[in-house]
Amino acid sequence: MLNHKKLIVSHAPFWHDGSSITVRSYHTMLAAMPAVLFGIFTYGMPALGVVSLSISFAIIWEFLINKITKRTVSIGDGNAALIGLLFAMLLPATSPWWLVITGTLVAVLIGKHIYGGIGGNPFNPVLIGFAILMVAWKDYFDFNEVLVNYDLGFAMVYPLAAAKHLGTSGIEAFSAMDLLLGQQSGGIGATFGIGLIIGGIYLIIRGFIRWEISVSFLAGVGVTALLFNMSDPSHYASPVFHLLTGYTLIGAFFLATEDSSSPVNFIPMLIYGAGAGLLTVLIRNIGSYVDGVVFAILLMNLINPLCDKIRPKALGKVV
Amino acid sequence: MIKRSFIGLTKPLLKYEALDVKTPEPSVIQPSKKVTLFLNKAFDFKDKILFNIGDNVKTGQKLSYNENSDAYVISTVTGTISSITPFNADYGKTYTAITIDVSENEEIDEQFSTFVKEPNIDTVKDRLAFIPGNLPAGLFPSTDTSPPIETIVISGVDRDLFITTNQHTVLADGKAIKHGVQILKQITGINNIIIVSSDHLMQDAGLTGAEVRIVDPVYPASLPHLIMRDLLGQVVPAGKSCEDLGVAFISAEAVASFGIAFSKGQIPVYKRLNFINKDGSSTPISARIGTPIRDILNAFDVTLNEKDRLIIGGPMTGTAVYSDDFPILPDTDAIMVQDRDNIPMVSDYPCINCGECIRICPANIPINMLVRFLEAGQYEEAAHQYDLYSCIECGLCSFVCVSKMPVFHYIKLAKYELGRITTAEATNA
Repeated sequence: MLNHKKLIVSHAPFWHDGSSITVRSYHTMLAAMPAVLFGIFTYGMPALGVVSLSISFAIIWEFLINKITKRTVSIGDGNAALIGLLFAMLLPATSPWWLVITGTLVAVLIGKHIYGGIGGNPFNPVLIGFAILMVAWKDYFDFNEVLVNYDLGFAMVYPLAAAKHLGTSGIEAFSAMDLLLGQQSGGIGATFGIGLIIGGIYLIIRGFIRWEISVSFLAGVGVTALLFNMSDPSHYASPVFHLLTGYTLIGAFFLATEDSSSPVNFIPMLIYGAGAGLLTVLIRNIGSYVDGVVFAILLMNLINPLCDKIRPKALGKVV
Repeated sequence: MIKRSFIGLTKPLLKYEALDVKTPEPSVIQPSKKVTLFLNKAFDFKDKILFNIGDNVKTGQKLSYNENSDAYVISTVTGTISSITPFNADYGKTYTAITIDVSENEEIDEQFSTFVKEPNIDTVKDRLAFIPGNLPAGLFPSTDTSPPIETIVISGVDRDLFITTNQHTVLADGKAIKHGVQILKQITGINNIIIVSSDHLMQDAGLTGAEVRIVDPVYPASLPHLIMRDLLGQVVPAGKSCEDLGVAFISAEAVASFGIAFSKGQIPVYKRLNFINKDGSSTPISARIGTPIRDILNAFDVTLNEKDRLIIGGPMTGTAVYSDDFPILPDTDAIMVQDRDNIPMVSDYPCINCGECIRICPANIPINMLVRFLEAGQYEEAAHQYDLYSCIECGLCSFVCVSKMPVFHYIKLAKYELGRITTAEATNA
């Protein structure tokens, strides 16, 4: 019994499938790359600045909060970087530096860490940061105003604002193909439809996000927009327009699918996605905000725990 | 180790090892110096035990603890008892460890052969609790209040991945199983005996005389609760056992051991098991019960380094042990060694609610919620609201956990702690 080698003793199972939060975060960032790179090519250095600053500061805030709260430093899991990247994708390229720094602080601190860090957040941290900033400094998020100095060879009017204020006559200039190819103004990483769809499909196939949420979100937007469009075609834009403008696609593939704030069971995922889609169009068409994705997803985050109570009966459960 | 596939949209598919029909007989590994037998009774120095250090024992000899206890072991070698010590296993189980120095000349204890002519329940209880494959306690209800066993299910499939013990028995020892089935029928009076087999061994299983049912070759389909649901159409209520519904499970190896014991008049002492090497290759072997794992490692030329992991049982449900002194037990189906560079570690990350466990759980447990309660130690809430007792202990939740949480460990701990509370309340009431 002497000179024993010390073996590692732990509980079963002794295998793991090799998945990790780090892999998940980095692959989500990879999937976002087509849209981000397109945004950087379209808007140039200012966009690159915003993206870099946002990612860096999200990581810096995470690190500082880890230090202050005396927890393990968790910047290695890539979640902070992901928050930074997604936050930058929503911003206009001309956002001032202080807006980015404040936004990432709000996202990382109020969105994530005050709930206990990763996994504890009831809302999508990116959207918390974005929503608080949007309410606080409304003018910096009016794309027509902030992108006024850009001439990129297409109508530099924010499509959703045009649809809201002018009805369908204001958006005749936008064809579906143009919108898909990113010929529209908007957030740095939110305009390149094809890029977002490719990224989203990649994430779905790899199993990093759930197709149920993305598909039901898009269906919710499509069906609701179609109903509005049928009731008054001159006033309400077509479903295709709603699907390809604003934050719809980035919302469907990157925001609504955030793990902690979305449901995990099949039917709740469908309810959650469809509800967010419905609310998006309601806010766009009859609400006061130009785009509804941010608030729609936040509202559905709120009902997530309740909705996840709809679950299959456990084996041998006696009621 | 089976990794997540590139296409992560689908659930991982963990297939049981399918035994090749041409598989040769497993190589036999003999204990080098001594064997250790675990007697299922806590050792107390004050007890007057019926055997002593220095006693000579024969192969097949029964070693009873004392007159007040039914606990006994069957010596699997001929030799001299060299030590008797208490042994504490996991989850508070306590044993008396008996070490026997093996002598060169083997002598067979003839006592059992006198019982062979008329098999009855008492003979089985008194002599065969230590047979390879393990005699399940649930086969013979201990109290009169528990429901009678009406169906016996023989597992011709193995419970964990990489293990071929029972399949091998079905393939090689068909006759012994057939004899075992007859004896089971005779001593218990139960005629409803089912053998569960994998598809490719269906014909061999059919020769045993028991009714054949085919089980899916994908883990965890061969766990008793799922066999009950999928093959017998009975859902075991949460917190109940299969025996409560009148169904007892027994491994094919144990049934074959019955057959061999009664036809030869000797209690079998060789256990079939798989040795799963550091490179993940699985080799069927055969060794005497009580053989220290060290002897098996030596036979395979495996050096155990600091921080390696040594596992009794398969990769999903086995138990890691502290030392290579640990012996092979009647229910040890595999010995697995993992290299220190190859050990997936658990982490202290919280649940991120990704839902992988929800999708893979065969029992539909809301693990994402359950684990939050278990982490906080709120076991009673976990049991009442989040279906703790529905768990069938397959370990898949920990296998797929993105946060690498020890979910399965939490569940076992919660069940154990709740069990202790219930026992304490019952004694103090």
